[in-house]
Amino acid sequence: MEIENVTLRFGGVTALKDVSFDILEGEICAIIGPNGAGKSSMLNVINGFYHPDEGQIRFRGEHRPTLPPYRIAHMGIARTFQNIALFRGMTTLDNVMTGRVTRMRPNLMKSMLWWGSAEREESENREFVERIIDFLEIQSIRKTLVGRLPYGLQKRVELGRALAAEPSLLLLDEPMAGMNVEEKEDMSRFILDVNDEFGTTIALIEHDMGVVMDISDRVVVMDYGRKIADGPPDEVRNNQTVIDAYLGVQHD
Amino acid sequence: MLEQLLFGIEVALNGLMTGVLYALVALGFVLIFKASGVFNYAQGVMALFAALTLVGFQNGQIPFAHLINAVLGTNVHHFGWHLPALLSVVMALASMVLLAVIVERLMLKYLINQEPVILFMATIGLAYFLEGFGDMMWGSEVKKLDIGLPVGPSDSIESFTYDLFGYGFFIDRLDIVAAIVAALLVVTLTVFSQYSKIGRALRAVADDHQAALSVGISLRFIWVVVWSIAGFVALVAGIMWGAKSGVQFSLSLIALKALPVLMLGGFTSIPGAIVGGLIIGVGEKLFDFLLGPIIGGATENWFAYVLALLFLVFRPQGLFGERIIERV
Repeated sequence: MEIENVTLRFGGVTALKDVSFDILEGEICAIIGPNGAGKSSMLNVINGFYHPDEGQIRFRGEHRPTLPPYRIAHMGIARTFQNIALFRGMTTLDNVMTGRVTRMRPNLMKSMLWWGSAEREESENREFVERIIDFLEIQSIRKTLVGRLPYGLQKRVELGRALAAEPSLLLLDEPMAGMNVEEKEDMSRFILDVNDEFGTTIALIEHDMGVVMDISDRVVVMDYGRKIADGPPDEVRNNQTVIDAYLGVQHD
Repeated sequence: MLEQLLFGIEVALNGLMTGVLYALVALGFVLIFKASGVFNYAQGVMALFAALTLVGFQNGQIPFAHLINAVLGTNVHHFGWHLPALLSVVMALASMVLLAVIVERLMLKYLINQEPVILFMATIGLAYFLEGFGDMMWGSEVKKLDIGLPVGPSDSIESFTYDLFGYGFFIDRLDIVAAIVAALLVVTLTVFSQYSKIGRALRAVADDHQAALSVGISLRFIWVVVWSIAGFVALVAGIMWGAKSGVQFSLSLIALKALPVLMLGGFTSIPGAIVGGLIIGVGEKLFDFLLGPIIGGATENWFAYVLALLFLVFRPQGLFGERIIERV
């Protein structure tokens, strides 16, 4: 995926200013930056919640026209949210099943008239979902309403729902926010495993620099709606502009 | 004394049947509220409109006849045919689906991500529009609705109970049909929403719009589905009420009785709508029977609302509603 000169404005506020970077197939790309730098806006542009005022998104080498977010989900882009957006009234299993929407045939009439085919489709998808649940080690909470789960597990279920779509690009908005060290380690392991086993391309926003430097192949740094650096973790860590943005410039 | 008791039971039974009809209207409210968080004020009018359309098709009425006559100076009113009941039901159902598509296209589409109260206001507008539109399209006179449902007292029940208790129960056969239909409807809708993928998508949309979009659910499609189902329930309610008391514009007022039903049952529960309807139906009939003569009668008009007020004080989420918990 290529993001080319994307600018996004809300009224007088420019949230993103002429941002360009690539997300390469199969990599884990971290987007970092101080609060309000435009990271979440960037993710929202990628999955279609916002439409760029200028610039374009190229997906698999082709220009992507302005589409509603649910259509973009059908193109193989799944995501999680900063403030967990699960279907709170449903069980873990149903939440993850909902992630299969893009993999199920949308034929309403047929599924109403011909119960057999709908049932077969349901059980096929159910099998895949059970694999995801095993993979994320959340078997024990399969039938629990997600609203009742602790925060860390909710985040995991949300990841499961995104994975159920077998996305080619997975967007994670602060997957480890508010987690303790152990939970962070688990989540990091899952992210790496997903990338490894399914070959899923991952773009994630994260504040924990330790985690970012450990798991990502490449880091994009943003500040005030602009991209200020882009490169492998080691390079970015020593970049003067990045250090300035995070620690503030010393005035003397 | 026994006579009195048996009469009381008969009153309660009849109340149960009226309750079923309240429940049918309330059910339409719950469906839309659950799936989109919108309180659809127009649900009662939709029942009226569905019944009007059904009768109009069945009797071969020419739509907008008054308007056509006024503009062109003609005098047309009927096509002169009489359609079979089943065909006209199917056509009325198709009209309700079409209405759902139009409502989505012209109204809901522009109100995505708006406050619930704005959507509520929009449905008030829709209610008044639909009432006027129905009047213009089919005329405002009271119409007889007859699609071959059994009506009148059931002789067999009367004679059976007479043999048993020495007292014949008077029960309208239409009420029995209504009860069976309502039960079927609830079972079907519950199974549909719990076990089908569309049902799951409906619940997903109800819980979180953004998340639903992000997994690939089209809000607009789901809304058409929800409003179509609500239109279907409205048609069923319209048929039952219409067969009982004729298709008349006061039908839309029944929607108001659905409000206390919802407060009792909870806005988000399909079984709640049914149980709430039954409690109100039986409650108002029994209350009137037992205490009506003492306090001057006509208690049926206000009993439901007083009961609902009591519930608002002691159990605001209703009997089956989700407990409202705000995390701080």
